Amino acid sequence: MAFYILAFFSVLGGVLMVTRRNPLSGAFALVLSLVSLAGLFAGLAAEFVFILQVLVYAGAIMVLIIFTIMLLNLNPIELYEAPVGRFHTVVLVVLCAIGLAAFIQVFSQLPSAVTAIGPDFGSIEGVGELMLTRYLYPFELVSVLLLVAIVGVVLLAKKVI
Amino acid sequence: MTDYLIITGKAVFIWAIALSFIPLLIWFERKGAAFIQDRAGPNRAAVAGIRLAGLVHNIADVIKLLLKELLVPPHVNRLYFMVAPLLGFTFILLAFAVIPWADVLEVAGRRISMQVADLNAGVLFVLAVTSLNVYGIVLAGWSSNNKFALLGGLRSTAQMISYEIPLGLGIAGVFMAFQSVQLNEIVRGQGELLWGFLPKWGLIVQPLGFVVFLAAAFAETNRNPFDLPEGESEIVAGYHVEYSGIRFALFYMGEYAGIVLSSAMITTLFFGGWQVPWLPTDALVAHAPTVLRVLLAAGGLGALVFALLMVVFSRRIRGAFGDLREYEGHVLGIFNIVVAAALLIMFIWSYSITLPEWGARVVAAVAQVSTFLLKLVFFCWLFIWVRWSLPRFRYDQLMRLGWKSMIPLAFVNLLATGLVLLLIDRG
Repeated sequence: MAFYILAFFSVLGGVLMVTRRNPLSGAFALVLSLVSLAGLFAGLAAEFVFILQVLVYAGAIMVLIIFTIMLLNLNPIELYEAPVGRFHTVVLVVLCAIGLAAFIQVFSQLPSAVTAIGPDFGSIEGVGELMLTRYLYPFELVSVLLLVAIVGVVLLAKKVI
Repeated sequence: MTDYLIITGKAVFIWAIALSFIPLLIWFERKGAAFIQDRAGPNRAAVAGIRLAGLVHNIADVIKLLLKELLVPPHVNRLYFMVAPLLGFTFILLAFAVIPWADVLEVAGRRISMQVADLNAGVLFVLAVTSLNVYGIVLAGWSSNNKFALLGGLRSTAQMISYEIPLGLGIAGVFMAFQSVQLNEIVRGQGELLWGFLPKWGLIVQPLGFVVFLAAAFAETNRNPFDLPEGESEIVAGYHVEYSGIRFALFYMGEYAGIVLSSAMITTLFFGGWQVPWLPTDALVAHAPTVLRVLLAAGGLGALVFALLMVVFSRRIRGAFGDLREYEGHVLGIFNIVVAAALLIMFIWSYSITLPEWGARVVAAVAQVSTFLLKLVFFCWLFIWVRWSLPRFRYDQLMRLGWKSMIPLAFVNLLATGLVLLLIDRG
């Protein structure tokens, strides 16, 4: 039951995010979607991912996005309708529906591998231990990559000024 | 069935405490400000002559705020304008769910943990939920469609993001020191003794982390010296400038609930939470009759002292008003004498009974809850003390402090903690 409610809200948030004209409404719809998704993670016993989803995506990244939108201060005139005809929209929706149906079909054919998860699954200790033992190199590489990205952004932004 | 009743009871208890702290804090704020500025503070509002030194003024406030018109200006975005105050208040209250108020209570073969939700993620849940709190302020600022409100919302967003990092890093040091993220585990770890005599409180093992966390917590609650989002001298009142009536009150209550939450976090992480200093739960249970007598005697003597003060008070105001207000001292004095007499009778009676096992545990839990509440009240008072003592930061100072002082300090703290832990590990 909780799954259907949360899934409904995450899909609703996604749809609203695409269809809202006002960028801030879109951003808030995305927040709704992300928080619902976090709830889905919690339902899957992935507690740490649930917390991170709320803390990082809904709590920090979306706040930054909203901050940027508010700073841009867009005029209503600038928010003209995207040049997509009605025909294109219909075709796109139909294609998406067919793709989704195919996707569900393929995934329901896959053999379901139900394995019992340990008590450590999804906990902070479990995730942390995996990150610092089995996935140490990818973890370090990603952090270096992020650092490079931050330095690069600062460099590019400074150059403009 | 019983489980549901217990959970509902815990939720009601914790929210009742959190909510009843709000009028208490507003009273603290007014009387504290008056005390620091050498004024009298609120002393007029009275119900049948009872003023309770201005505490009754809150009732008048609430009635005023409830009866005021809920003005919706024509230029606002209606939906967001109405949702914003609710968001600001809801997330703060949600975060109270993981605060432990006492040790796990074992009664009738049940282990009742004295927090609504004993999450594995513990502290991180508080961080996650309070990070959502900023949406209330942002939405209010943006939907008001007002330059001042927008500026307030922007300032708040920038401030929250900047100070969330030192807040999280400050807590990370505590995680390392106590090897857990569960709040109850952290509090239990603080019950140990360092070098045999010093309680191993977070303050003592993480002094730098405490400074960083305290400053960041002040910034997160938007309190002075970090109250730039409101900044009444520059941007009128910031994000809630367009709100009236109970919608404004929700922002106001959210601010005070935030103070209570921050104080609870400071107490839990750095000041031993529900730990009675030098008395772990086992000792409290073992010496439960003594603990009960100390609690009763302290309560009784406190009420007696208060009653004596009331005698002095009613002598002082005799003939000053000429109406019901002159009898306030008598009413409160008699009430306190009755309370004191009841407690002292119970104190004497406690010598003639033997506590059953569960009674001892309940007494221990009561002692722990009282300790927690005492610490909580002190830190709430600290918030008000600081507000009326320090001036507001300028915006560039705020950002410089956040990014160039607090974050490096938090990193230094993490490195030092890691080093010390490694040295202890090596022997």
